[in-house]
Amino acid sequence: MGTLLRVEDIHKKYGKEEVLKGVSFEMQKGDTKVVIGPSGTGKSTLLRCINRLTPADQGRVWLEDQEITHTRANINRIRSQIGFVFQSFNLFAHLTALGNVRIAPMKVKGMKKAEATALGMEELERVGLADKADAYPAELSGGQKQRVSIARALAMFPKLILFDEPTSALDPELIGEVLEVMVKLAKDGMTMLVVTHEMGFARAVADEIIFMEHGVVVEHGSPSQMFTNSKHARTGEFLNKISELYGETD
Amino acid sequence: MLRASLINIQLLVALIAVGYVLGTLIALMQVYGGRVLGTISRLYEWIFRSIPALVLLFLFYYGPPRCGVRISPFLAATMALGFRSSAYQSQIFRGAIQAIPTGQMLAARSVGMSRARAIATIVLPQAFRLSIPGWTNEFSSVVKDTTLAYVVGFNEIMRSARIIMDSRYDLAMLAFIAVALVFLGLTYAGNTLMGGIERKFRIPGLQMPGAGARDHSR
Amino acid sequence: MVFKWEWVGQLAQGLPLTLQITGLCIAIGIGLGVFLALGRVYGKRPLRWLCSAYIGFFRGTPLLVQLFIVYFGLPNWGIRLSAFTSGILALGLNTAAYQAEYFRGAIQAVRGGQMLAARSLGMSLFQAIRYVVLPQAFRLVLPSWSNEFILMIKYSSIVFTVTLLDLMGQGKRIASRNFKFFEVFIVVALYYLAIVFVVSTILRLIERRIRIPGLGAPGEPH
Repeated sequence: MGTLLRVEDIHKKYGKEEVLKGVSFEMQKGDTKVVIGPSGTGKSTLLRCINRLTPADQGRVWLEDQEITHTRANINRIRSQIGFVFQSFNLFAHLTALGNVRIAPMKVKGMKKAEATALGMEELERVGLADKADAYPAELSGGQKQRVSIARALAMFPKLILFDEPTSALDPELIGEVLEVMVKLAKDGMTMLVVTHEMGFARAVADEIIFMEHGVVVEHGSPSQMFTNSKHARTGEFLNKISELYGETD
Repeated sequence: MLRASLINIQLLVALIAVGYVLGTLIALMQVYGGRVLGTISRLYEWIFRSIPALVLLFLFYYGPPRCGVRISPFLAATMALGFRSSAYQSQIFRGAIQAIPTGQMLAARSVGMSRARAIATIVLPQAFRLSIPGWTNEFSSVVKDTTLAYVVGFNEIMRSARIIMDSRYDLAMLAFIAVALVFLGLTYAGNTLMGGIERKFRIPGLQMPGAGARDHSR
Repeated sequence: MVFKWEWVGQLAQGLPLTLQITGLCIAIGIGLGVFLALGRVYGKRPLRWLCSAYIGFFRGTPLLVQLFIVYFGLPNWGIRLSAFTSGILALGLNTAAYQAEYFRGAIQAVRGGQMLAARSLGMSLFQAIRYVVLPQAFRLVLPSWSNEFILMIKYSSIVFTVTLLDLMGQGKRIASRNFKFFEVFIVVALYYLAIVFVVSTILRLIERRIRIPGLGAPGEPH
């Protein structure tokens, strides 16, 4: 069984500022990894470089044996195998929740409408929103929107899901419902790469925590390692501060 | 023909002036008038915006003679287009007045100003500045309407182009392309001028939300 | 001042032409306008420049000039069009420029994040435009298009200058015979008021029927 995701030496510059200065790591199937770090250290950019929503300046990324960064890669086909959950949800405003979930299977994978609808309802069920299938995004709360967005990603049966600060735009009371879904996914064996501040989540399900600052990976290790025994003082400092602010959930 | 374009410009200035005075009046009527004045002004706006400019031109040109008043085509055109512009300008001005937070009026009254004085010294100066973008938009929009005055027959640019065409049929295309270029030039010059005026009168922080005005003139 | 009832009937003869011309030119305008807008937003530089130039010309010059160029100018180049065709063509090309701008605004009002989401699901650029951007843009642009329709009804009157017998043309014809210009044109004005009123109401009803909660239009109608 090969590595599911391999990220090698990613560099990215915005104007004069180098946001990613050589990031590398690997993920196996079923891994849940959490990326943490101060804002602006390139964590979101890293995720976007992985599925090439933002092209990296340097470095390579592989999904199993397909090189994402190759110039002749079929990027649409690759992206259809990677799910992406955005901080600002980005649901399609003109479609209902069900519409949002089933449109990609229909248009990208060519699924028939009946099949896609059934699949859509299944995924909405999985995130606990089957009763909101006919609601439009504007009629949903933030937490519900994010869960629909997760269902939308799941409907494509992705090999890997990237989460870009999924709960940062949510009111505190709504964070729980989204994390609950994410924990369930992790326990069901989904491969997930999550950028977040939610330490409770990390402690509960992460196989590894990656701490990034100033565009590089400072340290990485299992949650217990990182929280109690971190090699760099900075890591411990940051983790403690974050745990204070964001507390534990679940 | 260039001489004729000067006439267009004169017409433009004249009609904008008429439009401005009337527009302000109508706007004030709508915002501060009672129900009667408000309805009258709304009706005014609706009428002058729904009737085609060409029809208005004919009405103002042929109307006065019916009542025994002789009127020059230039004046008729100015009135027709001016009244029409006032209907749009009143909307701009009204939007500007309403964009000023009501708190300002409250503050003015609370220091003892009468309603009239508050309007004159606090609301209007700000409304004036807020309406500049919309106003400049109207200006550059209406410049094209001056060609419609052609139908009431005085020597503005379209008529002179037509005259050229009547004597030298093969020059028709050239003549009209020339007119087009003149207007492109005017529009460009106008926009630059307006941009400058806007910048000169700008007060930081004093902006109208979403002043996306539309071009109602063709 | 005398008014004659028969004028109402006579003027009505001009109505079909007015409506036909408006309808056709709007149709041209929508088709061409959407194309121009897509060209400006998604096209490569040469296409973008071309679309901008077109839009700039047709918005920066008066409609009357454009009409005369088509009807009186084109014959110089060997193209002789009927008054009817010239009218529709000139009006259509003109409105296309404005509609392109409205549509472009609508396209850009669709949040960029949705495009990212569409691409992240594996949709090609074409698919993302077709299934995510366009459906929303069409809804967002409706108020502007309704507005444009009303505007074109009014400006269609310009075709009387090339002797077409639309509402305006009929008015001129009747008035030239009985010299009661003012009275006749009062009736013409009333006709336009009525048409504008009816059409606005219909359009507003249509808008209301296809509204999607949360998908509001940014601009307000005139």
